[in-house]
Amino acid sequence: MKVQKERVLSIRDLNISFKTGSGTVSAIRGVRLDLFKGETLAIVGESGSGKSVTVKAIMGILDSNGTIDSGSITFDYQDGNENKSVDLVKMTPKEIRYQIAGKKIAMVFQDPMTSLDPTMNIGKQIMEGMIEHESISKDEAKKRALNLLNLVGIEDPEKRLKQYPHQLSGGMRQRVVIAIALACSPDVLICDEPTTALDVTIQAKILELIKDIQKKSNISVIYITHDLGVVAKVADYVAVMYAGKIVEKGNIDEIFYDPRHPYTWGLLSSMPDMDTDSKRLFAIAGSPPNLLETVPGDAFAPRNPYALNIDFRLEPPMFDVGGQHRVSSWLCHPNAPKVRMPDQLQKRIVKMLKEDSDND
Amino acid sequence: MGKYVLKRVVISLLTLMAILFILFLMLELMPGSPFNDEKLTEAQRVLLYAKYGLDQPFFVKFYKYVINMLSGDFGVSYTINKNFAVSGMIASRLPITIKLGLQAITLGSVVGLLLGITAAIKHNTWIDTITVMISTLGVSVPSYVFALGLAYFVGYKLGWFPILYNMSKAAESSVLPTLALSVFTIANVARFTRSEMIDVLGSDYIRLVQSKGVKEWKLILRHALRNALIPIVTVIGPLMVGLLTGSMVVEKIFAIPGIGSLMVNAIQMNDYNVVIAIAFVYSSLYIITMLVVDILYGVIDPRIRIAKGAN
Amino acid sequence: MKEYQFLENDFQFAHDENEKLIDKTYNSTSYLKDVLANFVKNKGAIFGVVVVLLIVILAVFGPYFNEHTYKSILIEQASLPPRISWLEQFGIFDGTRNGVNLYIQKGFSDLYYWFGSDTQGRDIFTRVWEGTRVSLIIAFTAVVIDIFIGMVYGLVSGYFGGKIDIVMQRFAEILNGIPQLVIVTLLGLILPPGIISIIFALMITGWIGMSRIARAQVLKLKEQEYILASKTLGARDFAIIFKDILPNIFGQIIIMSMFSIPNAIFMEAYLSFVGLGVPAPLASLGSLINEGYKSITVMPHIITSSIIVLALLMLSFNLFADGLRDAFDPKMKQM
Repeated sequence: MKVQKERVLSIRDLNISFKTGSGTVSAIRGVRLDLFKGETLAIVGESGSGKSVTVKAIMGILDSNGTIDSGSITFDYQDGNENKSVDLVKMTPKEIRYQIAGKKIAMVFQDPMTSLDPTMNIGKQIMEGMIEHESISKDEAKKRALNLLNLVGIEDPEKRLKQYPHQLSGGMRQRVVIAIALACSPDVLICDEPTTALDVTIQAKILELIKDIQKKSNISVIYITHDLGVVAKVADYVAVMYAGKIVEKGNIDEIFYDPRHPYTWGLLSSMPDMDTDSKRLFAIAGSPPNLLETVPGDAFAPRNPYALNIDFRLEPPMFDVGGQHRVSSWLCHPNAPKVRMPDQLQKRIVKMLKEDSDND
Repeated sequence: MGKYVLKRVVISLLTLMAILFILFLMLELMPGSPFNDEKLTEAQRVLLYAKYGLDQPFFVKFYKYVINMLSGDFGVSYTINKNFAVSGMIASRLPITIKLGLQAITLGSVVGLLLGITAAIKHNTWIDTITVMISTLGVSVPSYVFALGLAYFVGYKLGWFPILYNMSKAAESSVLPTLALSVFTIANVARFTRSEMIDVLGSDYIRLVQSKGVKEWKLILRHALRNALIPIVTVIGPLMVGLLTGSMVVEKIFAIPGIGSLMVNAIQMNDYNVVIAIAFVYSSLYIITMLVVDILYGVIDPRIRIAKGAN
Repeated sequence: MKEYQFLENDFQFAHDENEKLIDKTYNSTSYLKDVLANFVKNKGAIFGVVVVLLIVILAVFGPYFNEHTYKSILIEQASLPPRISWLEQFGIFDGTRNGVNLYIQKGFSDLYYWFGSDTQGRDIFTRVWEGTRVSLIIAFTAVVIDIFIGMVYGLVSGYFGGKIDIVMQRFAEILNGIPQLVIVTLLGLILPPGIISIIFALMITGWIGMSRIARAQVLKLKEQEYILASKTLGARDFAIIFKDILPNIFGQIIIMSMFSIPNAIFMEAYLSFVGLGVPAPLASLGSLINEGYKSITVMPHIITSSIIVLALLMLSFNLFADGLRDAFDPKMKQM
């Protein structure tokens, strides 16, 4: 039985472009996404696919040469006892920063080595958001900061509070960044590649930490990542992006066990595992398109070994293939030839399913 | 931090020694011997020779020289003020030059900072472009061009401010010279502040502060400025140099009785003792400033102040 | 669902089974082409280059433009204001001071001094360009020598590292603590006046910045793999320094020298202004300014032309150098 979940963020028809020295780049072209309360949404894609741009628009920290051309981002939250619903697109970045950012939606950045101000001590950096948004005393703020440091697993918090970023290791810094994000108890936590810059062993710990926090406080999390391993560990719902559009989305089982878009196949296939017995590592041929030019049809077509003629003519719409699964590919049209995923991938999925059922 | 300071002090002392050595060499090489005054009696000459060690081997001479210099005994003037103690000449003029210099630095830094910050915030607008133009001009064109221009147009033609220094109208008559001197400072500071601020404003941690929802002006003041200012102290070195050269010329043009114009005079009249003495004063000022700046840098930047290893 | 118009062959595979999917890449331009493209975009830099070239050309050929020489002293033609024949009719550069046409007054109706004449009757136009020539020669020579000294010093210090590096760097640091001004002044006093002495004085102090840049670049490149490759192939140290590292630091060196030239010009001008410059009758921009300064209120024309040329020269070199530096190391626009 499906419980009707609360919708927290609702992105519709989002279009964002950037003015560069060489022309206008359409970075986001018609994105439609939902985030539900307590859920983890993972946005996956190559560099340049537009994943970071989408969340920057939510936070109001788009680069100055970027404009939201059209669309809406509806954010539903509670302010005290009121239920509020705002369209973030209609707000100016300043308004978003004053009312939403840090308070209701918080962000964890990629590189902990550079995301903290080197000239301010940790305590002040954590308390800054609190003092900015809520009128609490310094002592109260300090108490909360200590609690947060405990929450994110930093030992000896009293001592750490007075230290400077350069005195902490990478993993600890990232924990501090998470603490800063949680300082005002936001409803949504956005993590932009939070573990990419960290050692593998620390990665797992950080992911676990975020998952723990999520369970405790029922916040909704958006993960931006290019690492499918991370996705597998944390996501409830996955959206795959390519060239500024969502090409496939669904819950985690649908995406991992029943992928339908050739790009998703490519992504999944390029994850090597212990049984990869082909002599060469799989890589998707070609590189992402230059978004300066608007080419008709599907942006992925030139690299798509399964491309149809229509892919070069018309952009495919989103097809509903069951459950929460949506795919933007002409292969899902009834007239399309039946195409199966590559054998290698099929074998791997079968193996995964078997392992899972063995474990049950 | 202590180690850092110690290192800086040692190097400064070594530099001081090096300067003294060079100055001493120069003195030896300069044509004409000191105390060639016919008015001296033989006894006096012997005394003087003994005091300055003039007939002793090289290193003894040098040693005595160093002691003398460091205690402020710069010998006597040959030509400008015959037999008058150089230290006296300098002492009476030094305050004026220092006052002028401080005025120029203060004005220059404040205006430069404001310009630089504004240009960085309004990056790529016309304010930015104008600031860049002004600072490029101010940095490339020598201060005496400005001094001459100001003296001629504002002082002479428009008559707003006096062009010759007047003790009784000290404040008024220091306006033009201060302006002329400060141009170089304004340009340098503005340029540097702007580029540092632009760098800082594009950095990751500023993004994070933005995403915390901190108000714009607080972000600039508390985060951006603090980080941008740290390397600014490194600009102070070239600023000092600019002020040194500037002061000599500006004092000459505006007839200000400071050590700059005394230096120019001494050069033209071949009064070697005076030249060397002022060279020493300039160099010492420079070394002291650099030392202070280096230490300041260590204090401001917590990465240096608190060494790693507190993990 | 939108209404689509489908074509016959829409749902057939577009790519041949065995077709290699070729990357659509964009022309990558060579490094130098990129630098040039960036440079050209910078209007200030273009202005700088153009003006510098103009001035250099004038410095070389200017003194031959008219029949006067830089040292022909004709007292009766002293202190004449500028007069240019084809601008005369417009009322500017017509040889008048306070309303009186001094050329006519003194009986020289056919005489033209384009920038006027100085207190000794010498043609300022010729002297300005002669002076520019001298200033440029001094500056260029000093800087070129400094490049060599600085590069060698920095390369050796950086490449060999260890104790050698420490000693060399300490030495340079101490030397750097002495203001260039002081040394230049003292040398100016001791050495016999002349162009060579000035060049020597400038050269002694200017190499330190160059050596720093060279050393920094060497340190950066030393760790890179192609150096290691050369070493394993048995290349000897000096060969590595000159063949592998040198070409890669050229950019920075050029930029640094472009900044050093105006500094040298400035130092020379300063020396002249305090009386330590080139001896008469030679002229340099600095000495011209010094001469003209004495009569600035009465006859500003004497000093004006040299000041303008000096200011333009320094400004243009700086703009040029700035442009070069930005071209080599652009800050990419955010995407």
